Amino acid sequence: MKEFVILFRQPTGSYQKPLPEAMEALEKKWADWTGGIAAQGKLASQGIRLAYDGRVLKSSGVVTDGPFAELREILGGFMVVRAADYDEAVTLAHGCPVLETGGSVEIRPIYQESPA
Amino acid sequence: MPTSPDTQFLLKQLFQQEFSKIVAVISSRYGLAHVEIAEDLVSDTFLSATEHWTTDGLPPNPTAWLYAVAKQKTLAHFRRENIYAKKVAPALTASAELATSSPEIDFSPQYIRDSQLKLFFAICTPLIAGEAQIALALRVLCGFGIDEIAMAFLTNKETINKRLVRAKAKLRTEGVRMELPPEPEIADRLNRVLHIIYLLFNEGYYSRTQDEVIRRELCLEAMRLALFLTESELTNRPETQALLAMMCFHASRFDARQTADGGIVLYGQQDKRKWDADLVAQGIQYLDRSARGNRLSSYHLEARIAQLHCLPGDGPDKWEKILQLHNQLLMLQYSPALALNRTYALYRARGAAKALPEARKLQLETNHFYWVLLAELLQHTHPQEAIIYLKRALEQARTIPEQQLIHERIDRLSKA
Repeated sequence: MKEFVILFRQPTGSYQKPLPEAMEALEKKWADWTGGIAAQGKLASQGIRLAYDGRVLKSSGVVTDGPFAELREILGGFMVVRAADYDEAVTLAHGCPVLETGGSVEIRPIYQESPA
Repeated sequence: MPTSPDTQFLLKQLFQQEFSKIVAVISSRYGLAHVEIAEDLVSDTFLSATEHWTTDGLPPNPTAWLYAVAKQKTLAHFRRENIYAKKVAPALTASAELATSSPEIDFSPQYIRDSQLKLFFAICTPLIAGEAQIALALRVLCGFGIDEIAMAFLTNKETINKRLVRAKAKLRTEGVRMELPPEPEIADRLNRVLHIIYLLFNEGYYSRTQDEVIRRELCLEAMRLALFLTESELTNRPETQALLAMMCFHASRFDARQTADGGIVLYGQQDKRKWDADLVAQGIQYLDRSARGNRLSSYHLEARIAQLHCLPGDGPDKWEKILQLHNQLLMLQYSPALALNRTYALYRARGAAKALPEARKLQLETNHFYWVLLAELLQHTHPQEAIIYLKRALEQARTIPEQQLIHERIDRLSKA
């Protein structure tokens, strides 16, 4: 079993705090999806969800209020799953709620130094 | 002269109440390395009680009698062996035990309580694990006999004896002490203690043994131990109350879940009038009290689930709540039983069509409940497939009542 990070990317337009009722429904969707992965014993870490604002520091030293306007998608958070290979990790990523709102999921193996 | 039934009953009751207390006090005084001697001295004390009380009648204060005799025997033993001067004192000087140990054998309520708490933490040391620890807890903290422990684990006395000997040797060689963990470690160590209580309760509730008396006794002991922890400020934490709440809710269905001849009555078929309303009410009280602090423990979630199971209705709304609680629990920790229960809740909340693909992903082919669950989901749409799965479950089921239940289902589906 390897560990993969699942990164949630959401379209810029949809990345704003939903209304309370919608929030509850959304939370349930996330809980169902995560619970389904956990029920297979494949959730390594719940990871974190990122808040709805941010700051960006550029190499020029300029600080701006979030990168959001310049990008098509922004990072919403991540979790870590256990899977045998890419195929299995991608299968687990299916059903992620960001996919329903035009977002995407990036699957990245955690870097491991190859044993000598 | 034979011991009268009244005296026998009293002795049994006193043994349950006092065994662990006296062992704790002696161990507090002389160190945990002597816990086995403490057990022998207490057993010997009860033997004397049986003899004297049978011939001379009951003393005015039986508990005080026991304490006095235990004290006498203990002092005599350690004097005779001259152990104290040679072994105990040097060992105690080197440890923190001396600072807290009383020069007397002290049976004041406060000293008993402190000693029991120390013994509790000592037995639940992370250095011992698994069934050996539960056996040790049953023996030392609950005063269970070797044969009773063997029955609870469906094994023989020799196996239990070996486990206990190994566990006690570990206490000695690792120098486990009769002391409370320092404040920063309390939360961690308490988790361990609560986990042992949880295992003890489960051992009774989902026991391998068919002996109904032993099963209930295990559950009651687990509840008694948790109750004891709520009586001390140090250990009366939200998790402790949540665990106690969970056990109250589960225990409320004890009478309803078993037929007169030892068969299993499934939740859906239970006579709800047999559910113990007092225990449910107590559970709600503990659950209310557990709702403080900022940590949501697995016991909080399990207590909420157990409470929902105590509600009379059985509709999708209730199961939706149970499903969400299982989602949260699984994010804290995985176990096959949780995974199966979560999928069952999904089925009851949203139907078999939604639950089936999730069930097929569980990869629990060696667990007979997995096949029972798949059969349940397929019974209406694919009864033939369901029967095949039930037959697999039958091959894996361990107890006769479980096999009976599976047989009944196969019969029902075959006739349909």
